[in-house]
Amino acid sequence: MYIYDQYDQTIVDERVTQFREQTRRYLAGELADTEFLPLRLQNGLYIQRFAPMLRVAIPYGMASSKQLRKLAEIARKYDKGYVHFSTRQNVQYNWPQLEQVPDILAELATVQMHAIQTSGNCIRNTTTDQFAGVAADEIVDPRPYCEIIRQWSTFHPEFAFLPRKFKIAVNAAKQDRAAALVHDIGLYLVKNEAGEIGFKVIVGGGLGRTPLIGTVIREFLPEQHLLSYLDAVLRVYNRYGRRDNKYKARIKILVKALGTELFSQKVEAEWEHIKDGATTLTQQEINRVTSHFSVPAYEALPATSQQLAQQLADDPNFNHWYQQNVNAHKVPGYSIVTFSLKPTGVAPGDVTDKQLEAAADLADQYSFGEARVSHQQNLVLADVKQNDLYPLWQAAIQHGFATPNIGLLTDIICCPGGDFCALANAKSIPIAEAIQSRFDDLDYLHDIGELDLNISGCMNACGHHHVGHIGILGVDKKGEEFYQVQVGGNAGSDASLGKILGPSFAKEDVPNVIAKLLTVYVSQRTPEERFIDTYRRIGIKPFKEQVYAKAH
Amino acid sequence: MPKLIKNQDIIDDNYQLLETAPAADQPLPEGNLLVPLADWLENQQRYANHQGSVGVWLDSHEEPELLASQVQSLPVIAINFPQFTDGRGYSTGRLLRERFGFLGELRAIGDVLRDQLFYMARCGFNAFAIRADRCIDDALNGLKDFSETYQAAVDQPQPLFRRRMQAE
Ligand code: HEM
Ligand code: SF4
Repeated sequence: MYIYDQYDQTIVDERVTQFREQTRRYLAGELADTEFLPLRLQNGLYIQRFAPMLRVAIPYGMASSKQLRKLAEIARKYDKGYVHFSTRQNVQYNWPQLEQVPDILAELATVQMHAIQTSGNCIRNTTTDQFAGVAADEIVDPRPYCEIIRQWSTFHPEFAFLPRKFKIAVNAAKQDRAAALVHDIGLYLVKNEAGEIGFKVIVGGGLGRTPLIGTVIREFLPEQHLLSYLDAVLRVYNRYGRRDNKYKARIKILVKALGTELFSQKVEAEWEHIKDGATTLTQQEINRVTSHFSVPAYEALPATSQQLAQQLADDPNFNHWYQQNVNAHKVPGYSIVTFSLKPTGVAPGDVTDKQLEAAADLADQYSFGEARVSHQQNLVLADVKQNDLYPLWQAAIQHGFATPNIGLLTDIICCPGGDFCALANAKSIPIAEAIQSRFDDLDYLHDIGELDLNISGCMNACGHHHVGHIGILGVDKKGEEFYQVQVGGNAGSDASLGKILGPSFAKEDVPNVIAKLLTVYVSQRTPEERFIDTYRRIGIKPFKEQVYAKAH
Repeated sequence: MPKLIKNQDIIDDNYQLLETAPAADQPLPEGNLLVPLADWLENQQRYANHQGSVGVWLDSHEEPELLASQVQSLPVIAINFPQFTDGRGYSTGRLLRERFGFLGELRAIGDVLRDQLFYMARCGFNAFAIRADRCIDDALNGLKDFSETYQAAVDQPQPLFRRRMQAE
């Protein structure tokens, strides 16, 4: 985990002072609403339906147990006793008082946390694979690069007032778990033939009202040029991105308007001027930051544990959980555990202060005191000994983390929707709950297998509905809430955008529609096929026919 | 006389900003002038003959490349921020300083407010015409928001990671 030195701490502390002063000036009437707005947004502070909402950064999803405890304490002291984990690997507080936000920031700063650039038209929190550093299919650990990007983007003076928000995701594994292709910049860590580390640079992806898959502008960028190249991309965007219409202001629109070819020429031309300047990374810096993510003190263990094999054979419930919520680790004898934050009846991604403290304790006890947040809104303990899985599972049950549904239909990505968000066309949390309640049979879920179901309450797509195998979008029809269903989206390395099935549905009908989609899948699949594979083979038509067939 | 923050001090602004090009058949106003970029490029001879000093101002969408080879002849370049949320001027500032080597006064004009000054200063601005309805003494404090920064910029050409290494 990256640990602040005196420089990092100074910057975060001075930020607290700066924001305290900005808030004071706003409350004293010295700053107009419109002037305070971008300042507070650059600090993750929204004014929402019921109260302000504060978004706290969890850089690339990594949190120590100490930080989790602080988040829990803040939830108790300044909020209603829970926090919300978001698809941006951040946490959100839904009920803080504006006047208290500076105090919250001061508390966060004591554990090396902040809310810098979690919103607003600037470079946002960089995200990555929640299994970074422990995944077996990884080329190199992406977290040091994420931290290097975090520092570079923090209060970047040239890019604090971009045309629009800007999101960067880094992925280093064969399987893309960071949805890099639907970010403003996606970076794939790669090795070239000489074995040197570099990046494949993808730009112009994004969701929202113009969903697009990013395109490659550079096949191989040597690692030392990471920051100067990002400077070049951002400079081209800052200068030439549209500012007349906020819906056309994202970099994806610029890339589309210029064409990938011309856009990348502009970037390369800009980069020529700055490429070997002082921003060129030094090996020493890469090593310094990498040393913070050094391998924890793993024990030398056999690749498979006899004890675990026995426990799996003896306890089918444990086995179920193991199959679904545990992933292979690159170190023999260890496993990656995902705590599901998606039990039926709880808003996806919500946890209470008590749960968070329990997770912190479990991280201390079983996983070197660290946890990660996934963009699917779950919590990961990445370094668990196989022999500890059984007691960890039992503890997870007690704290409500053991729903064995990771990657399944009920592991729904869901935005806050109309219950909290002022922009919503429709509620999304009750839809998630209705689907979870309807499909509560574990054997059936298991039989359906891997399925991403994503729900957004409006076309801003905070719930990533475009890249769900099944995506649900809340729409407004004459003041009433309806739901449009899409199929065929995917967020991984073979990203695709979902296609709209047809006319939207009333709230009550949504679980039935999902059931019908699943019927088509079950009747048409070959033994190895996931829902998305079957869809890709047979197309949308059979799904459409089944869903819209007249009852008789 | 209007006030200006320049080099961390509050001073009198002794330039007159011409928002549009002065008519060709009228004499130029007296004193120091800040004139629109396009006008200056077209009428260099006219301005060369002017008694006072002449600087140029660029709007947020105007490209500093147009001035590239001529920056040394200008005492002042001003960049307009039509709204403080329009961040193009930050890139313009850096290009003028870092690419075209402009050494004179780089002035931010328009919607210039306290909370942007720190970033502007980092991008090479050393003069700030604070929006008229705001307290210039208060704005001056905005230059001191941070004592440390991560990135290389005009005010600090060495990024923190290089300085960290030297400090060790
Ligand atoms: C509650 C207050 C929220 C507000 C007001 C809000 C606002 C927005 C807006 C306006 C957009 C559209 C941006 C665009 O044009 O692309 C957006 C997109 C997005 N938001 Fe939110 N959001 C909120 C909560 C959340 C939450 C809770 C999450 C995570 C669960 C989230 C994650 C995202 C993501 C991933 C996108 C997709 C943008 C893209 O990839 O292009 N937001 N949000
Ligand atoms: S998708 Fe729409 S409703 Fe949902 S959180 Fe985002 S802005 Fe709000």
